Amino acid sequence: MQNAANVPRRRGSVLTDPKLRALIFQLVAIAAVVGLGWFLFDNTQTNLEQRGINSGFAFLNNTAGFGIAQHLIDYTQTDSYGRVFFVGLLNTLLVSVIGIILATMIGFLLGVARLSPNWLVRQLATVYIETFRNIPPLLQILFWYFAVMLSLPGPRQSLGVLDSFYLNSRGLYMPSPGLSETFGLFFAALLLAIIASVLLGRWAKKRREATGQPFPLLISVIALLLVVPGLAVLIAGNPLVWTIPELKGFNFRGGWVLIPELMALTLALSIYTAAFIAEIVRAGIQSVNHGQTEAAHSLGLPAGKTLRLVIIPQALRVIIPPLTSQYLNLAKNSSLAAGIGYPDMVSLFAGTVLNQTGQAIEVIAITMSVYLAISISISMFMNWYNGRIALIER
Amino acid sequence: MQTHTFKPDMPPPNQSIGAVAWLRGNLFSGWFNSLLTLFALYLVWLIVPPLISWAFINADWVGTTRADCTSEGACWVFIQQRFGQFMYGFYPSELRWRVDLTVILAIVGAVPLFIDAMPRKARYGIGFLVVYPLLAYWLLHGGFLGLETVETSQWGGLTLTLVIAAVGIAGALPLGIMLALGRRSEMPAIRVLCVTFIEFWRGVPLITVLFMSSVMLPLFLPEGMNFDKLVRALIGVILFQSAYVAEVVRGGLQAIPKGQYEAASAMGLGYWRMMGLVILPQALKLVIPGIVNTFIALFKDTSLVIIIGLFDLLNSIKQATTDPAWLGMATEGYVFAALVFWIFCFGMSRYSMHLERKLDTGHKR
Repeated sequence: MQNAANVPRRRGSVLTDPKLRALIFQLVAIAAVVGLGWFLFDNTQTNLEQRGINSGFAFLNNTAGFGIAQHLIDYTQTDSYGRVFFVGLLNTLLVSVIGIILATMIGFLLGVARLSPNWLVRQLATVYIETFRNIPPLLQILFWYFAVMLSLPGPRQSLGVLDSFYLNSRGLYMPSPGLSETFGLFFAALLLAIIASVLLGRWAKKRREATGQPFPLLISVIALLLVVPGLAVLIAGNPLVWTIPELKGFNFRGGWVLIPELMALTLALSIYTAAFIAEIVRAGIQSVNHGQTEAAHSLGLPAGKTLRLVIIPQALRVIIPPLTSQYLNLAKNSSLAAGIGYPDMVSLFAGTVLNQTGQAIEVIAITMSVYLAISISISMFMNWYNGRIALIER
Repeated sequence: MQTHTFKPDMPPPNQSIGAVAWLRGNLFSGWFNSLLTLFALYLVWLIVPPLISWAFINADWVGTTRADCTSEGACWVFIQQRFGQFMYGFYPSELRWRVDLTVILAIVGAVPLFIDAMPRKARYGIGFLVVYPLLAYWLLHGGFLGLETVETSQWGGLTLTLVIAAVGIAGALPLGIMLALGRRSEMPAIRVLCVTFIEFWRGVPLITVLFMSSVMLPLFLPEGMNFDKLVRALIGVILFQSAYVAEVVRGGLQAIPKGQYEAASAMGLGYWRMMGLVILPQALKLVIPGIVNTFIALFKDTSLVIIIGLFDLLNSIKQATTDPAWLGMATEGYVFAALVFWIFCFGMSRYSMHLERKLDTGHKR
């Protein structure tokens, strides 16, 4: 736009005044948006009245009356729709967290493999990336669920490992820990070790800054964290009691179970997202100029320190922003759970609850605002982080 | 006089050329690398031979029913028997030539756009974009000028996938460009409206958008004004995708040096002429690869219409695998679907890379 302030105003019609025209244009735009909003609101009101649909959020207190295959908090059929929402939200977060951890591990491994001097490893990583990122995630989820998970053997022919992990078409059964009486002591020892590590870290940093002498911090912290709680276990005995799943009747009882829907979803999402993360990691590492490595070497830094103190911090600056948007994508893609019936927020709330209550507007609004809240908070965090690590150029 | 003759060059040591040297350099250059190579070879051996034997050697290729699948491997008879359904959905079989013709016209019509020497390419492209959709609607839907009507509920298979993707991008592009311009505008109200719109659609998953357009759109519109399922899904897809296109285009607008804006202003061009004649032609050229990538994402996302019960390629295959006559064909079905999607997406991503190299004018800052 023209810089109107410095130009002497032309005498003539007011219509050619850019400031005035901008104002009028904006007013028209706002009026159009408000008008459209009112039009939709008015229609909705009449339609809701005609069809006899209730409005408002009172339905959240009504009894849900259906069972849910996986709930992280206590839930029974007599609980309310409000509780269903929280069950769904937690299930969504569970998939997202497991998926993000797995995808990051696979993705970083593949990203490094893409830059390996080993030709075969490089080619394998490329094949993986090009295969999985060009197949729709929903298709991958359906494949893992219908073609892999559901065709596993039944409970009686389960694939067992170490007599405590069992995999069958009903899910993955594994031992679950419970707290024994000595857990308090163990926990106190762990807490003590953590506090000691933090203090040690501060002291080491202070000494390095004052005298330049390094301190083998990582090894000492690992030793602290292993030895102190380990001593507590030796003195007082095992802090955890493991419940091992056992075949009783037609299925396993006891222990933890990962339902096949959860496994299919996390596997598919992490395999899919890992392909994208790998490319981001590769681009990030390649973005660090080779001169940086040479400069670090000529300063006398060994290879490990060069990587840790010079290359990785600079690569991370490039890697982290797109990485976060991949995490966000993964969280949003977890809504594809609706395709296989995993009880996440969308399939539970925007699916079942919406069908039972018919209150489309409220249900969709709640679902969308949860996702909006997640993505807005992550992008705010990203902006803050970007501002903190951005290169300050001369 | 004595002349000095050089001896002929000696060949390089045989350790540094040929297959052996390549192996030493690339696969066995140290103990760690050798271990990695062995591990990778083990992985390949674990995956590739069973896959080939399942998909090719032990597979059944000919037959008409499930009983013809006698060997251990894949049963491609299933795909062969249902191929029509996967491609056309429930489109009446005697009218499928119309779908074929639509696709052929698209390919024939688009060919000149890829020929560099073609004169007046932009004008032709715009003409094609105006004429072709009308023609495609007439051929696919019919109902006038002598063609029988085929309701959209009968559309399906790969046809529907392509329709959603094509309409989605064609609708999202103009909307996305307007949104990007609005986001870069100096008028605060316009900017706020555009930013809100873009961030809203980018923040929610497509599934909730599809849910919204299928259950809430009928509530929003006045009595009697109702769309069919496909149009509602398309509206959702277009709104959703336009936000992503807007962000890509904004990247292009930001990459244009400020001098271009100032030069256009100095020539006395107003806002729309400056954008239409100077800025957008350069900016859009920069972001073509980005737009192709958005299109790939959209193409993969079309599979989500399964959630609201449209029969695209993936849903057609999913339905076919639940047919009692063909139980246990899930693997074959999904592998086939994956192959089709992969060919499209991989082809487009290669094309986008090619464009990126071709269009690299060194403009980016």
